[in-house]
Amino acid sequence: MKQVFKRPESLVDVPTHFCPGCHHGTIHRLVAECLDHYGLRDKTIGVASVGCSVFMYDYFDVDVVEAPHGRAPAVATGVKRSKPDHFVMTYQGDGDLASIGAAEIIHAANRGEKLTVIFVNNTVYGMTGGQMAPTTMIGQETTTSPYGREEESAGPPIRIAEIMAGLGGTSFVGRGAVDTPKNLMKAKKMLKRAFEVQINNEGFGFMEFLSTCPTNWRMTAEKANERIADELIPYFPLGVFKGDK
Amino acid sequence: MANKELVKGNEAIAMGAIEAGCKFYFGYPITPQNEIPEYMAKNLDNEGGTFVQAESEVASINMLLGAGSTGSRAMTSSSSPGISLKQEGISYMCGSQIPGVIVNMSRSGPGLGGISPSQGDYFQSTRGGGHGDYRTMVLAPASVQENYDLTMKAFDLSDEYRNPVLVLGDALLGQMKEPITRNKYKKKEYKQDWILDGAKGRERRRIKSLYLADGDLTDHNWMLFEKYESMKKDIMFETKYLEDSKMVIVAFGSVARILKSSIAMAREQGMKVGLFRPITLYPFPTEELSKVADSIKNFMSIELSTGQMIEDVKLSVGAQNTTVDFYGRPPGSIPSPDEFLEEIKTIYEKRIK
Repeated sequence: MKQVFKRPESLVDVPTHFCPGCHHGTIHRLVAECLDHYGLRDKTIGVASVGCSVFMYDYFDVDVVEAPHGRAPAVATGVKRSKPDHFVMTYQGDGDLASIGAAEIIHAANRGEKLTVIFVNNTVYGMTGGQMAPTTMIGQETTTSPYGREEESAGPPIRIAEIMAGLGGTSFVGRGAVDTPKNLMKAKKMLKRAFEVQINNEGFGFMEFLSTCPTNWRMTAEKANERIADELIPYFPLGVFKGDK
Repeated sequence: MANKELVKGNEAIAMGAIEAGCKFYFGYPITPQNEIPEYMAKNLDNEGGTFVQAESEVASINMLLGAGSTGSRAMTSSSSPGISLKQEGISYMCGSQIPGVIVNMSRSGPGLGGISPSQGDYFQSTRGGGHGDYRTMVLAPASVQENYDLTMKAFDLSDEYRNPVLVLGDALLGQMKEPITRNKYKKKEYKQDWILDGAKGRERRRIKSLYLADGDLTDHNWMLFEKYESMKKDIMFETKYLEDSKMVIVAFGSVARILKSSIAMAREQGMKVGLFRPITLYPFPTEELSKVADSIKNFMSIELSTGQMIEDVKLSVGAQNTTVDFYGRPPGSIPSPDEFLEEIKTIYEKRIK
């Protein structure tokens, strides 16, 4: 009998710590499938960020260095300059990338570093317990916006993919979701492009994923999944913002 | 005699780094150390290396962290306010055991302060500087030649201990010109069984400072502590006139250099004064200075600050029935040998009856 579905080789065979209904696990799988597809497992250096994403070093079967909060693109710059023949990727959440690490992501992208950045946007600080993030939606209740995010005092949610696409140094920028099989397949296609621009030495590849955080959204896994289409996609449109489709 | 070249202090740092095989430099402009990135930008590419002007000091230390994690020789430099910004990355590098050389051609603070020389970063340099219980080795040159030689040494120490090493100079040591000999670097081999270069034919490697499992962080910190203790075998210091001295001046860096003239003048006037100059500020030559206190009982710490190293001097000799006097001044001007001489004279007359 032919095996048609198995764990990607680039994923370690351990249970993850992610909450039920969280999309990190699915996104991890897509990344690992790409690592396998392009034969990158033994020439990859991953850069872990701070937040739930840090445990990528437990789940991906690749070399990983841990970066301080928000600094993964700077660490990855040092790694890639030193090892230009290796595949270097960061995996960052929205608090890490869009808030404390805003300077590092913009300048690494603008320098056109040959990196692949995987950005997981779940509109909240997950690991620290559900605080407001730069991507938190207007009206969204978090532990630090208990009455809902107000645009007047906190500004509107930041659309990072659009900012990345406006920078001269980026070669591919996409935003996808994994809430439905259709979206997942489209997202994987974009993720592959974000890999390819680095593999082909074209430049900086950026892939944003809209993700759930059922625990901090105070929602069931099912409701959280529905929120992606109901609330997030209308504000954070999916698609390729820069580069070949 | 070897060929001498007239070289600016900051350039000597950059030359020493390149001679020691530094391939990557990451930095951000700040006075008074700009000749270091400028020299690197001009010359590092020619040597097969890469210069990156980072978007900030925060980014440059993290680029150093990244390059260091792959086992490459890399360096960053800055001056005091910029070094404050690097502390986050330095803490992570110590926790993750990533080598790298960090140069602080310090200026005066607090805050934006000024660009004149200062020794006000002594505490920050020798006590870790950032969060957590850690240390970086600190080398304090006192001449342009030492800028060159100790920068080379810093790369070896950093690789040997898998720990960042700080070279602490100041505006004076960075800006002055002196003739130096470009000593050749003798290449040494260090273990690279920890570096990240792709998990090919081996288990994956993880370089990190996060330890959440019960007891792991305690063990990790004890291991780091033992490493810091082991650095004592590389303690360096210089002494002068200790054979017959009745009073010992303890000073480091550019101040020690000025004091050599003051001490020579004091001796001409019949005062039996000697010099003890720590070259490694961390680890501090505590036992070595304590040995001096077996026979000499009067010490004077002289610093270009309102008093920081004096704490280490007191910890070294304070329990040996000694006197430890202090002369220091905040930054803003450079003391002359004559000014120091007057202060030495006052203390000498008070202590040596």
